Amino acid sequence: MAKMTMVQAINTALRQEMEKDDRVIVLGEDVGRDGGVFRVTDGLIDEFGEQRVVDTPLAESGIVGTSIGMAVYGLRPVCEIQFSGFSYYNFHQIESHAARLRWRSQGRYSVPMVLRAPYGAGVRALEHHSESKEAFYAHIPGLKMVIPSSPRTARALLLSAIRDPDPVIFFESKALYRAFREEVPEEEETIPLGTSQVVQEGKDLTMVAYGAMMRPTLEAAALLKDRDGIDAEVIDLLTIAPLDDELFTQSVRKTGRALVIHEAHRSFGPGAEIVARIMEKSFFYLEAPVARVTGFDIIVPLFSRENSYLPTVTRILTAAHKTLDT
Amino acid sequence: MPRIQIDIAGRLDHLAILDENGWLDKTLEPEIPPELLIKLHRIMLLSRRFDERLLNLQRQGRIGTFGPIKGQEAAQLGAVALLRDSDWMVPCFREMAAMLWRGTPLEGVILTYGGFNEGGRIPDNQNDLPIAIPVASQLLHAVGLAWAIKYRQKDDIAMVFFGDGATSEGDFHEALNFAGVFQAPVIFVCQNNQWAISIPRSKQTRAKTLAQKAFAYGVPGIQVDGNDILAVYTAAKEAVDRARQGGGPTMIECITYRMMMHTTADDPRRYRTEEEVEKWAKRDPLSRFQKYLTVKGLLVPEKIDVLEKEVETEIQEAVNRAEKQMKNLTDPLHMFEHHFADMPVNVLDQQQELAQELAEQKEEQSNG
Ligand SMILES: Cc1ncc(C[n+]2csc(CCOP(=O)(O)OP(=O)(O)O)c2C)c(N)n1
Ligand SMILES: [Mg+2]
Repeated sequence: MAKMTMVQAINTALRQEMEKDDRVIVLGEDVGRDGGVFRVTDGLIDEFGEQRVVDTPLAESGIVGTSIGMAVYGLRPVCEIQFSGFSYYNFHQIESHAARLRWRSQGRYSVPMVLRAPYGAGVRALEHHSESKEAFYAHIPGLKMVIPSSPRTARALLLSAIRDPDPVIFFESKALYRAFREEVPEEEETIPLGTSQVVQEGKDLTMVAYGAMMRPTLEAAALLKDRDGIDAEVIDLLTIAPLDDELFTQSVRKTGRALVIHEAHRSFGPGAEIVARIMEKSFFYLEAPVARVTGFDIIVPLFSRENSYLPTVTRILTAAHKTLDT
Repeated sequence: MPRIQIDIAGRLDHLAILDENGWLDKTLEPEIPPELLIKLHRIMLLSRRFDERLLNLQRQGRIGTFGPIKGQEAAQLGAVALLRDSDWMVPCFREMAAMLWRGTPLEGVILTYGGFNEGGRIPDNQNDLPIAIPVASQLLHAVGLAWAIKYRQKDDIAMVFFGDGATSEGDFHEALNFAGVFQAPVIFVCQNNQWAISIPRSKQTRAKTLAQKAFAYGVPGIQVDGNDILAVYTAAKEAVDRARQGGGPTMIECITYRMMMHTTADDPRRYRTEEEVEKWAKRDPLSRFQKYLTVKGLLVPEKIDVLEKEVETEIQEAVNRAEKQMKNLTDPLHMFEHHFADMPVNVLDQQQELAQELAEQKEEQSNG
């Protein structure tokens, strides 16, 4: 299959799954005729019609609440919330019902739905269009929270998310949507939810990241190698919740040093959980305090300053050296 | 036990005073002082030209994404014309004309779209909230402001703007309900510009009008030709007078049209026809108002030329000032400000962390 952008890869996953499974329907604001504001659902309405690719009224609680009902009935709604920064009207439906119906009905009902939403900074957008608030969702019992880092992982993870028997929040990095192309295999490929991947092996330092932050992290890892001969092991989480701590535990036990990178705010961000797991499981293997490179504890500034908010290669390198020099 | 019809609603009017060519229905002409008409025209022209200039700046990469207002000037100015300084104006994100009327400096608008938080600063003497991007969320704030005004027994009011799409959000319905229950002096001004990005009004609601939704909450509603500033003014005056006298809220649905793209990131050719846009171009609020003023003897073509030049200069000077400010505002440490009255320790630490990093980088560069 051709090299694809992340937008094309997600579009492909939706198309292939819709061809295969008529329970899958796509709904949201502007997902039909317009093909979504990022064109992720481009062409789906022509192929599958207005019954399965639905332009809804402007109401996020409506989109998610009705998706829950459809999912309980046996459909597989994949709803798009135009920007994750507008997912708060629907937060209540997710937290109070999507995540709880299986539990509340003691196993009688389940909510196999996916909520897709673009997240993250770096595209010179307006307020509310640059947040990285995955921790809100990762904090909710009964919910899975997934963030792919490339076209190929996006396609594979979205297929798993749609087939998952429980509700999945699927964040897509706007900064990665068209950042690069990657070979996406024609044959079906899935990645089990809740599994991370080692994307680069190393022995000196463990770097844990996900989503858009994989790019600066890998760039920093390459510079560490070239300039200082340091072998960093880089782990891509892929799923934020439930968190797979297996790989980074093994890795930290080997390297003794760890660095966590995310663009979400630092306090109570996903990094806090990762560091806690490292303390719980690998404390006696550590050679240095675990470090975090993150977005600051401030509202993501309007775009003229967003690059100062985001973790950069320089900031990652500084933190890596500090950890290595301890 | 009979089955009888319940008389639920008040009556719903559609009000238009100027026809498509700017000819007046004299029986409906509102009494507006000439100075006010002239000022309204000046700000309408200024907003039109400023909107065009912003689009240019965006296309040249000098500002970021923005949502043009072209076509909606009368639907905003006819309503805010009724406000006093002590009243409150609550915009969504497409109310540039209303904001300029209220006193927002042009450079504030440029700064915001140029990606600087500093643009959001509202001048101290102006009782307006900043733009609100989450659709429909600001309606409740306006109701709260109005409720507080009532609590203080003032005869001020709050006026809130929102789009046709906003009427689908729950917050719209909660706002109308609260306003009705508490008889808050708030005016809901709906900018029904026929589109919510790619979704036409007909797909937003099965209802024939948006104004009728007010009736469900016991609130009066009226629909007006939003491209006719006299009709907007007349409806707003009735609503504002009623609110000031303790008569509670009103919803005004302005029938208008989004002449341009949703924002500069949008391509409307994907979902609407050029013919539709051309049809609405014939109902242009600015030329209709100019026709009215000319027939009335308040405007002559030479005066329009003079005004065009004045407005152009005003805009150019604002662009110059804004671009100069943007050059001086590059320090990223500003982004830590205005989160709390007192900066908490973690934020302070992080600000210092970044300051140190920037200082080290500077040193490296000068050594390097
Ligand atoms: C809660 C929320 N959901 C989605 C968006 C994205 N969005 C911005 S404007 C818009 C359409 C708004 O339509 P309307 O209310 O008619 O206002 P208009 O843009 O036409 O002025 C959408 C969907 C948003 N800003 N807020
Ligand atoms: Mg609209």
